[in-house]
Amino acid sequence: MKADPSGVLTGRHYFDGNHACCEGALAAGCRFAAGYPITPSTEVVERIAKRFPHLGGVFIQMEDEIASSIALQGAVWAGKKAMTVTSGPGLSLMMEHIGLAAITETPCVFVDVQRGGPSTGLPTLPGQADMMQARWGSHGDYELIALAPSSPQECFDYTVDAFNLAETYRVPVMMMMDECVGHMTERVDIPAAETIEVTPRRYTTKKKGEFKPFEPGENMVPDMAKAGDGLRFHVTGLTHDERGYPVINAQAQDKLIRRLVDKIRLQADRIVRYEEDAVENADVIVVSYGITYRVALRAIEMARAKGVKVGSHRLVVCWPFPEKRIRELAARGKPIVMAEMNLGQMYWELERCAAGKCKTALVSHAGGTVHNPEVIYNAIMEAVR
Amino acid sequence: MSEQTNHTEGEPRVNPVLPYLREDRMPHIWCPGCGIGTTVNCFARALTESELDLDKVSIVSGIGCTGRVAGYMNLDAFHTTHGRPVAFATGLKLANPDLKVVVYSGDGDLMAIGGNHFIHACRRNIDMTIVCVNNFLYGMTGGQASSTTPDPATTTTAPYGAFEHTFNLPFLADSCGAVYVARWTTYHVRQITKAMKEALAKKGLSFIEIISPCPTLYQRRNKLGDGLQAMEYYRDNSVVKSGADTREVEIKYQGEIICGKFVDRERATWLDCYNTRNAAAIGARYRPYPWRENGEGGVK
Ligand SMILES: Cc1ncc(C[n+]2csc(CCOP(=O)(O)OP(=O)(O)O)c2C)c(N)n1
Ligand code: SF4
Ligand SMILES: [Mg+2]
Repeated sequence: MKADPSGVLTGRHYFDGNHACCEGALAAGCRFAAGYPITPSTEVVERIAKRFPHLGGVFIQMEDEIASSIALQGAVWAGKKAMTVTSGPGLSLMMEHIGLAAITETPCVFVDVQRGGPSTGLPTLPGQADMMQARWGSHGDYELIALAPSSPQECFDYTVDAFNLAETYRVPVMMMMDECVGHMTERVDIPAAETIEVTPRRYTTKKKGEFKPFEPGENMVPDMAKAGDGLRFHVTGLTHDERGYPVINAQAQDKLIRRLVDKIRLQADRIVRYEEDAVENADVIVVSYGITYRVALRAIEMARAKGVKVGSHRLVVCWPFPEKRIRELAARGKPIVMAEMNLGQMYWELERCAAGKCKTALVSHAGGTVHNPEVIYNAIMEAVR
Repeated sequence: MSEQTNHTEGEPRVNPVLPYLREDRMPHIWCPGCGIGTTVNCFARALTESELDLDKVSIVSGIGCTGRVAGYMNLDAFHTTHGRPVAFATGLKLANPDLKVVVYSGDGDLMAIGGNHFIHACRRNIDMTIVCVNNFLYGMTGGQASSTTPDPATTTTAPYGAFEHTFNLPFLADSCGAVYVARWTTYHVRQITKAMKEALAKKGLSFIEIISPCPTLYQRRNKLGDGLQAMEYYRDNSVVKSGADTREVEIKYQGEIICGKFVDRERATWLDCYNTRNAAAIGARYRPYPWRENGEGGVK
């Protein structure tokens, strides 16, 4: 399905990432948003609040992030595409409802414009230290999808993708932005609506009585229903059977939770996305994502100028992690350097997948500003020495 | 459920409430003598008498013994997280204002962990009905103190007796802006049904507190007898004072329970305010929400 032109601001713009993210959501068909102000993410909902009344959408500033993160799920079950936007402290408050979205298979988008943490940390300065929280923060076993844009243009593009992925797999999708990407202004080209692919919600065609709201269909994903259509369905955060009824035993748990996890793990090949440059003949590969990818590019350039064959692997989808590809790269036996704005989070995944097949090095950073490219450069040179 | 039907001797009848329940989920989990089932009977009756299109009624619960109500109703039903049904319902209602949204949950769920959402929903005057079954404690988790446990009732976490000041729920709802506020006990089945009907018909946030026995935990631990004895207490100690000043309806341990309809007023809902403000600011170009396809029916 193509985007509804009313929500698409086609043309060439100079936007920061937060504004671009808002426009991406509108293009994707988002018509409900709930949020609670928090730096450095607030511009997203400020723009939504301004734009929605002209588009038949509703924004509500809730009393806190706990409320925002569940109000949006109410909106989804009433038929809207919905998102919420926050930063670290707010994301921490939302965790229980990421689990709710996972177990009730509620397609929705959470935008996290990352700042330095923990706690109030660095409200106005960047970080990439929510990566593990985004993946593991709610209790229990579950899977979700997370994307990491590195520019305002990608904030637009990936927000559209985030909504589409949410509909396809019926999982919460995390937009892992950061303060730099959120606040940097660059050119953003918004294409014509008829060129923007939008995934519609896959509603059931079954009638009341035959419809089972959690019976897996295409892609192991059940068809949706929405309140008010006469299906009289039941949704619960308890472990449930295909009818959506609570079943509190080990077999039901095994059946449901394995499907929730498998629908992502077994289909990861279709979800994983990365960008690579010159990895085939590389003597060293730099892995990075988000704003740090942009900084790493400079370091790669510097090393190449010294004649080092450097490849780049950049995560677009961070969760699920590109496990298979990293194993292949590691199997070459050449070192892999990872740069990220935390003290080692996605690096754990890298190490796990490299499994000793190659040397790995972490270029960490506690956050507050981006890496100095020199530091990444030094790590590259060290790795090939 | 304690109070099954109006069944009279020698006259086998189908329980009139059954069509409103998910029969395939029976038996329910509630203990004998528990008041929650009584309130559900009243709710089913109120739904019938309201002649609402039940396909357009959604019920949202949190977690608790009362939180199980959503799961037993044959409606679009959402059993959400502990304390958050009002926030979920806010999203549900605003995303499709054609739905009739009812939140049904316990005193712990709505007023302790969920208190913030409750007061803000009242303030905003979101168009929904909130039913709070107040059994003076946390039933589901084994009888701990809640924000309504009166001094000196004992609970598992107040073994020497509760001592905190309690919430006076009608006053809380009233002062935060609810447009309809009533309190009844499970002794008052006809009045509960009537109040629910009125609440369902009311535009804006309607709130009903139902004082309800938890024989298993509250009654027994406090040596107050069984469900029947709770009924006797309600019968003998309830005072109907409709229009009472909500500041004066606080409940003391085994004391007088002032019942009635305390508030019934008009106030613009969140959505009315949203449309009024936007229309004023944006002018003729503004198209009121919800946008309807062909002027009728479902929201876009
Ligand atoms: C976040 C969270 N905290 C605690 C619990 C445990 N819990 C489940 S129900 C409940 C209290 C229920 O009390 P109330 O709302 O009064 O309902 P009742 O069982 O009395 O009807 C608690 C504390 C939970 N499920 N989630
Ligand atoms: S524990 Fe109390 S509130 Fe819960 S079902 Fe039993 S009697 Fe009712
Ligand atoms: Mg209770």
